[in-house]
Amino acid sequence: MSSVLYDAPGPRAKRRNLIISVVFFALLALLVWFIWNTMDEKGQLEWALWKPFTQSEAWTTYLLPGLADTLKAAALAMVIALPLGAFFGIARLSDHRWVRLPAAWVVEFFRAIPVLLLMLFANEFYDRWTNVTSEQRPLYAVVTGLVLYNASVLAEVVRAGILSLPKGQSEAAMAIGLRKSQTMRSILLPQAVTAMLPAIVSQLVVIVKDTALGGVMIGFTELLNSRATMASYYANVIPSFIVVALIYIVLNFILTSFASWLEKRLRRSKKSTGAVLSAEDMEELNPAAVGGSFGTGGEGGGLPGSRTYT
Amino acid sequence: MFDFLSDYDNPTLLGAFWMTVKLTLLSGIGSLVWGTLLAAMRVSPVPLMRGFGTAYVNIVRNIPLTVIIIFTSLGLADIFGVTMGASDFKVQGFRLAILGLVAYTAAFVCEAIRSGINTVPLGQAEAARAIGLTFSQTLRLIILPQAFRSVIGPLANVLIALTKNTTVAAAIGVAEAAYLMKEMIENEAQTVLIGAVFAFGFVVLTLPTGLFLGWLSKRLAVKR
Amino acid sequence: MKLRKASAAAAAAIVLSITATACGGDGDSDSNSGSGGGDKIKIGIKYDQPGLGQKEPDGSFSGFDVDVATYVAKELGYDADQIEFVETKSADRENALARGDVKFIAATYSITDERKQKVDFAGPYLLAHQDLLVKSDSKISEATDLNGQNLCSVVGSTSAQNVKNDFAPKANLKENGTYSECLAGLQSGAVDALTTDDSILAGYAAQEQYKGKFKLAGLKLSNENYGIGVKKGDTETVNKINAALEKMVKEKAWDKAVADNFGPANYKNEPAPKIGVIVK
Repeated sequence: MSSVLYDAPGPRAKRRNLIISVVFFALLALLVWFIWNTMDEKGQLEWALWKPFTQSEAWTTYLLPGLADTLKAAALAMVIALPLGAFFGIARLSDHRWVRLPAAWVVEFFRAIPVLLLMLFANEFYDRWTNVTSEQRPLYAVVTGLVLYNASVLAEVVRAGILSLPKGQSEAAMAIGLRKSQTMRSILLPQAVTAMLPAIVSQLVVIVKDTALGGVMIGFTELLNSRATMASYYANVIPSFIVVALIYIVLNFILTSFASWLEKRLRRSKKSTGAVLSAEDMEELNPAAVGGSFGTGGEGGGLPGSRTYT
Repeated sequence: MFDFLSDYDNPTLLGAFWMTVKLTLLSGIGSLVWGTLLAAMRVSPVPLMRGFGTAYVNIVRNIPLTVIIIFTSLGLADIFGVTMGASDFKVQGFRLAILGLVAYTAAFVCEAIRSGINTVPLGQAEAARAIGLTFSQTLRLIILPQAFRSVIGPLANVLIALTKNTTVAAAIGVAEAAYLMKEMIENEAQTVLIGAVFAFGFVVLTLPTGLFLGWLSKRLAVKR
Repeated sequence: MKLRKASAAAAAAIVLSITATACGGDGDSDSNSGSGGGDKIKIGIKYDQPGLGQKEPDGSFSGFDVDVATYVAKELGYDADQIEFVETKSADRENALARGDVKFIAATYSITDERKQKVDFAGPYLLAHQDLLVKSDSKISEATDLNGQNLCSVVGSTSAQNVKNDFAPKANLKENGTYSECLAGLQSGAVDALTTDDSILAGYAAQEQYKGKFKLAGLKLSNENYGIGVKKGDTETVNKINAALEKMVKEKAWDKAVADNFGPANYKNEPAPKIGVIVK
């Protein structure tokens, strides 16, 4: 566990590290004890509040249908946002001003507005100008909000991916007489998409998390909202929040694991022109994107060359 | 056409956006401090701290912000009695929202700074160690100052995302922009206009921030 | 290449399954929006208000609104298994009726002049009042006692605003997402009182986990005439529902429903209201 930031610890440093570890551990333990104790005092640890989660009914009636809605909205948003994002990302790289500029405007505009407002607005839109039933409307509104926002974020991801390719690629394509659309379709996109795949998959984490916004503000019956229906029956507000948070963590952990598995696999298979961008290279394009940090998280930006310290 | 805008006094339109700005600035400062500390933990020589930093980032990043914000109100305030020194619920909600936003945003700040640390050439740290600087000296005097200059871009994006994330504070009754927008939509007929006004407000808040910090990051970038 | 095929197939599968479900949903509502003898009937209720309309762990529904709705549906010629309950949140009720998504709504729906512009009401079938829920050992007995105390309600609720405007301007208002979150706060002592209709409060107080811990202050801060919402202009259905409600009261099924749902809360309900008489 050596690092360039510090020397391999000698006897004194080892002792000091041990002391820091013990103090830090004591503080953490104290915090955990305080949390446990207070929850016990306030009656939040009573078995009656937690027991529902050991019974299948709590899951089949409340949580699983909510989870299904969360996944449905997330999947729909992803499937629609991906091609749309690719379209705008490529449009922004166009040689024609009249294509480039409007695309840039759309992308920048929807990136600047909170997803929550987009959802509220979409909800009103469907309510007043379409025939969507009030049962389906929250789903439509959530998906619309997510698509508008994430398509513009994905557009930036795609654009960064294409720009990250060595200049020689498009130069060579032009040299052998390919047209612009051919260059994009058969040379640049396949490489860029391969390189951006982990970031794109990580974007799903953001989408999954953002479906929760629809539950609070426009009554979409996703996981967080069905938690409320459940908590009104079992009267277990805090435990239900903890369980739902755990579900999100597990779900998103599976997604990020899938992303890193996919990335490893692509790196190993080395198809098409060879070099697939590694995680570090990805971070150059979008340092925060790899961890799935668009959306309600931070957004990525460009970083110059990187080496690993830790 | 715009008369509905002046019909609201709790909060007013400007007051609501001012609340958004206050939430953004205070949480921004808080998450910068906490995020830097987390990043320092993640590269520190103490394994337990590294483990804590990693666990914190991975857990917090995977929970919806809505859950975190609501939990500050229902969990921290109601159960653990963390009232943030305010008995008035309006003030308390405001401070709790900042706490939640800091806890969440710090995870992203930490990752941005950590990737910034990675951009500092190895030779810098090696030279620092060679002249006998300790870990904390190396980090404070050599690595972080350079790292910060190279992560202004990513941090600007985190700040912009934070500006938009403050809308989630409406869930615990903080009277900011999204709170007012929902109220207006429920009472008024001019939905499109209301949406446009609030969208414009956020564009006004986020675009100049992005442009200014983008310019700053280019100016301060370490030329290598 | 393999990967691209696989992902394309996955995407196609997702799109297909989703469009399939969406179409299914639309088809259902189309075939059901028209009234008919053998068809199903869609009724709007609340899902998260114990005692009035609550989704039970086994997927069934319970509560006073549900019992009334079931009785009315029976009188309209629908058996219990022909009823499909739909969640209608407060803000969605007018739209769901106007669009014909549901036949009628029984969901703590107070009759007001403003709402009468948009929907027609049958009933009223229950007279409720705005009240306070406090701990059983609480000293709060008047609305004015709330000055300087912590009052809880849901985000955007008008009842909390009424209390602040008319009785206790110095009440410290906490806004939560749902009433059950307020109850958790009431239990832990973070708030001193919770305000909304007494029928709703009684439903919570009667819950197993809260039995004996809370009491209603018994204040009548407002009159809430719960009616059954029907699409504007559908007088035929209004008349049928009114007849059904009258029969329900006459047959004592109304009393039984009140006893079943509010009994445990020690809720002193008003006698069954006369159809068409709205207590201001």
